[in-house]
Amino acid sequence: MRAFAELMERLVYTPSRNGKLRLLTDYFGRVGDPDRGWALAALTGDLSFNAAKPGLIRALAAQRVAPELFGWSYDFVGDLAETVALIWPEPAVPAAAPGLGEVVTTLAASGRSETPALIERWLDALTATERFALIKLITGGLRVGVSARLAKTAVAAMGGRDVGEVEELWHGLAAPYRELFQWVEGRSGRPVIDDRTAFRPLMLATPLEDGELERLAPADYRAEWKWDGIRVQVAGDGRSRRIYSRTGDEIGQAFPDMLEAITFDAVLDGELLVARDGVVAPFNDLQQRLNRKRVTAKMLADFPAWVRLYDLLAEEGEDLRPLPFDARRSRLDAWFARVAPGRMDLSPMLPFAGWPDLEALRGNARARSIEGIMLKRGDSPYLAGRPKGPWFKWKRGPLTIDTVLLYAQRGHGKRSSYYSDFTFGTWREGQEGWALVPVGKAYFGFTDAELVKLDRWVRAHTVERFGPVRAVAPELVLEVAFDSVHRSSRHKSGVAMRFPRIHRIRWDKPAIEADRLATLESLIEG
Amino acid sequence: MCGRPHIGGMPALPSRPDRWIETRPEGLYVRPGDFYVDPIRPVGRAVITHGHSDHARSGHGAVLATAETARIMAARMGAAAPSTQALAPGVAMAIGPVTVRLVPAGHVLGSAQVVLEHAGCRVVVSGDYKRQADPTCAPFEIVPCDVFVTEATFGLPVFKHPPAEAEIARLLDSLRLFPDRAHLVGVYALGKCQRVMALLRRAGYDRPVYLHGALIALCTLYDELGCDLGSWLPATGAAKADLKGQVVLCPPSALSDLWSRRLPDPLIVAASGWMRIRQRARQRGVELPLVISDHADWPELLATMADTGAGDIWVTHGREEALVFAARQQGRRARALAMVGREEDDAE
Ligand SMILES: [Zn+2]
Ligand SMILES: [Zn+2]
Repeated sequence: MRAFAELMERLVYTPSRNGKLRLLTDYFGRVGDPDRGWALAALTGDLSFNAAKPGLIRALAAQRVAPELFGWSYDFVGDLAETVALIWPEPAVPAAAPGLGEVVTTLAASGRSETPALIERWLDALTATERFALIKLITGGLRVGVSARLAKTAVAAMGGRDVGEVEELWHGLAAPYRELFQWVEGRSGRPVIDDRTAFRPLMLATPLEDGELERLAPADYRAEWKWDGIRVQVAGDGRSRRIYSRTGDEIGQAFPDMLEAITFDAVLDGELLVARDGVVAPFNDLQQRLNRKRVTAKMLADFPAWVRLYDLLAEEGEDLRPLPFDARRSRLDAWFARVAPGRMDLSPMLPFAGWPDLEALRGNARARSIEGIMLKRGDSPYLAGRPKGPWFKWKRGPLTIDTVLLYAQRGHGKRSSYYSDFTFGTWREGQEGWALVPVGKAYFGFTDAELVKLDRWVRAHTVERFGPVRAVAPELVLEVAFDSVHRSSRHKSGVAMRFPRIHRIRWDKPAIEADRLATLESLIEG
Repeated sequence: MCGRPHIGGMPALPSRPDRWIETRPEGLYVRPGDFYVDPIRPVGRAVITHGHSDHARSGHGAVLATAETARIMAARMGAAAPSTQALAPGVAMAIGPVTVRLVPAGHVLGSAQVVLEHAGCRVVVSGDYKRQADPTCAPFEIVPCDVFVTEATFGLPVFKHPPAEAEIARLLDSLRLFPDRAHLVGVYALGKCQRVMALLRRAGYDRPVYLHGALIALCTLYDELGCDLGSWLPATGAAKADLKGQVVLCPPSALSDLWSRRLPDPLIVAASGWMRIRQRARQRGVELPLVISDHADWPELLATMADTGAGDIWVTHGREEALVFAARQQGRRARALAMVGREEDDAE
């Protein structure tokens, strides 16, 4: 438990991806089975307990500590799990500390009525850091800023392998993943899994660079719309049904309506959308369905899920990925006509004679749910990862708006001495005349040299400080680029942007000439 | 108060110390001797427990302190340091009708508890103290007394400092894992800085420790006073590449300063008792919080009250309400003195 708790502790405080990776590979390399496998499962979300509610933890602590002292401590610390972990009185002679594996297997094997005594015994045997990790683990609140993909990347890195190889195996494996570690450590061969609905790592497109188009032959490529939804892989074998995110995480639980439609034996690549009778709703509607643990009947009715298909990776156990795109597309069309699956349609091919045709299509693509155009070579097999050349994404130009810098916050890690998170606003006329209302936050888009200048500007124009945040004189205009904007009741301005980033710093422009909120509102689609 | 048994005859009523010790805006005032302990404003005569700036101020007429505290005050204040008489630990000295002794408090080099005896009653003003071992100063000594005046900086049961050696081991482990990053450790200039250096040496770390300019004067003084800190170098002027994988110490305020930009990919570390609280560590952008404190933690506060056998507990600064509550649970009379002017947070 000690190594696991220390790892969780360090991951929470380590902002950089590389730092996290190093902590993870070090841990996996140092700690033996089965503990490291259970830790991996905890990080990938494949190990989730609801063995105890926070109320139980609090009640256990109340038996050990006077209520006055607990109350003052909780007020000071501000987090229940942390307060209990810190305040737990340690016995003079602690019991033998359980390992992570012991905790996991014992909990799984015991009934609900036994858990309070178990937890109490473990709390008596652990240090404060370990107690915190234990409480978070068993109450299902373990959040350390590590994605499932990052944890898998760390495992893959142990054997110098690509994360795609781990992802492809993942759903055929189970915690504590002994055979996976043996394989990446070179002590045994690749685990053999037999699962038709296993995740196939996705083929990704590279952005089309300026001038790149002229070097491509139009006849080699096929074109489709690029949809503004969530890339998914839909897999069924007649028995099991799965929906994977682009990183191989199972998200079917949040989309029972889609799962129901997987009545076939095939693996498909497509875009998850919210659509009513085939008419796609704005991305904002889809957002209502994401990251939900429980789905209500009302949500299913109001925001029905839909998948727009663009590739067929396997059909009745036959792996189609080695086939060229054109052949796969014909198979997809035939399959769709024959199976006629519910809640799905085909992403249409866009006929074109030359690049000017496509350029015109892209220029006019202001419709909701279209982000741009995809170009795919007709002879390209389906390859994992992001090979350069066969697939391109050609996004429509971003929207931009001139805003005024209002607040700056210190960044993390390498940027912790720089003001690098910027909140900006636009003008709105209120009862007291024109005022700036915050409309978004951006922390990238500028060069290192620009960051140094911005940081210096912030320090010289601070009017107020709140902890790590500085309010600045509203004098600097930032041209912000963003992909789209939609209504949001959670924001004071009533709007929220997608992917805002600093496009240009307008050192030259007076703040009074920045845009109005109404301008931003006029860009809302749908 | 002062309920010690007396032998034979009519009991001479011991004088109640709350009649001869007062809290005034200047600080704790010992009336029969006409002096203050750790006054926060300039006074005629002061007894100073230790050299931290919230206890040792300038502008007093005459000061009594340990020789080390006198040297520390001189190093910090220069010409503004008050004229100071040194009193060796354990040696009694009369100030008017009051007998004064200084006894090690285990907080920082030179730190002392002030033992006051008057009219059959003994009061111990402990200043700041800790019970955990510290290679840079003499250990805390228990003095049985009637009234124990205590701090309560970490006066909540959530504060339990792990062994400092274990925290240093975490720092060394991080150096192993991130050998390309300078480990920038925020430490208080007096005490914490030198303790961390001494602990690193005991853990076998023998490379030079790099120091922010604000830490150099006191480290030089510790060297002069015979406290072995191993080799150290000023961080200013060192080549950026040379600081890769090195331990660099700086005051907590410099952690997020422009100053830290001279370091190669710094990993921000802080050594403080407050690092036990996640929110505190996060607010400061700390990547590796080390719980190393020069103050008593909760179990130490409770044990010390019991060890002194004091019937009365006076709490000077910190989280008084919880400690007063706990003292009463131990069957002692307890009250908060509501002393102002003590730094609570960063000075730790
Ligand atoms: Zn102090
Ligand atoms: Zn103090």
